[in-house]
Amino acid sequence: MKATTPREDLVRGIWEENPVLVQMLGLCPVLAVSNTVANSLAMGVASFFVLFCSSVIISTMRNLIPHQVRISTFILIIATFVTVADFSLEAVIPDIHRALGPYVPLIVCNCMILGRQEAFASRRPVGRSALDAAGTGIGFLIAILLMGTVRELLGSGSLMGVELFGPSFEPWIIMILPPGGFLTIGVILLVIAWWGERRASAAKPAPWPEGVGPERTPAGVGSGAQDKNPRDGRNGFEHIHPSGRR
Amino acid sequence: MGDLMWILVSAMLVNNFVFFYFLGLCPFMGVSQRMATALRMGMATLFVMLITAVSAWFLNAFILPWAPYLRLISFIVVIASVVQIVEMVIKKVSPTLFRDLGIFLPLITTNCAILGLAIFQTLRDYAFVQSIFFAVGAGLGFTLALVLMASIRMELDLADVPSVVKGTALVFLVAGVLSLAFMGFAGMLA
Repeated sequence: MKATTPREDLVRGIWEENPVLVQMLGLCPVLAVSNTVANSLAMGVASFFVLFCSSVIISTMRNLIPHQVRISTFILIIATFVTVADFSLEAVIPDIHRALGPYVPLIVCNCMILGRQEAFASRRPVGRSALDAAGTGIGFLIAILLMGTVRELLGSGSLMGVELFGPSFEPWIIMILPPGGFLTIGVILLVIAWWGERRASAAKPAPWPEGVGPERTPAGVGSGAQDKNPRDGRNGFEHIHPSGRR
Repeated sequence: MGDLMWILVSAMLVNNFVFFYFLGLCPFMGVSQRMATALRMGMATLFVMLITAVSAWFLNAFILPWAPYLRLISFIVVIASVVQIVEMVIKKVSPTLFRDLGIFLPLITTNCAILGLAIFQTLRDYAFVQSIFFAVGAGLGFTLALVLMASIRMELDLADVPSVVKGTALVFLVAGVLSLAFMGFAGMLA
């Protein structure tokens, strides 16, 4: 692992290595509860709380946890904080807690949280882990709010329950139903890939930043770079090819 | 009996875990590239679901009434141990399958479909037999989703799609259309 500055630890998770939009982690809650902005906000804040607290605790205890049982230990610590979040939400905002239903306890299974523990908190000092968790949590919050905004805007024509478009707007019911979740994230990823491809072809065909892209080889960007390479290859090739000689 | 069949069909088709509840998306995206692997992953998940349903029922009936705040933690511990046992059995019985499933086998522990099953079962107060039917339905539905997606992705490999769409975005759009199709089963409710 290469050394990073504290600022990098914080900023990295927000956009460049966004847990949801780039690393494709923790998709279940993002798709399932993002049908309104209020639900998204509650889920985002709950996940942030769990991620932050478990990162701090695990990073504090990182030298005490035996290597062989670390995953089970992480999950137990995460489950403890999820229980705290679950009961707190039930007490503070019972309506939203009911709307989120089983997805609050399911924060335990959010691979984003376990992933940060395994990749970062179990190896780094407490301060850095807290920064990393905060950055990743904010990244998650941004992604789920983005989904929630798009889906509530199109699906019910409102934001946080406030009507925006007036009575003549015909809501796209499909957007607040399950297929809308899949379609929205599909379109968001498409826009990101398109933007990345444009950026890659505008600049010189630089290698895509490490760790970006769903399967380490983002197809869209990769082929964009390939489109570019033959041209560069041809320029280089003419120097040594007989026909290129003057 | 009609009630039990209804639980099974509803968990499998109408409220499919992947397309309706968005549970188990990681293996759904990760293991749905080849048909054979998808089928085996589905079967392994079905098996774990069955054992989880039985264990969760025992916990709910005999232990958790006295300590409700331990619900989540005890479920997770049980699931983790079950997955560990299944992993050892598969490694012994079929090393090929073990290699094919790779990292996704231990990841069944953090597969939200499994924990989701236990939580739904608790929320709906299912009795023992009902839990079994629910688990079988959910497992079959998960397998169905994986197999459907795998067959579509195998065709997509040969298709000439624009480079921007290729990869995860396309899989999500296809999943959206499949989810739309599965909503048609909601008509069975009436």
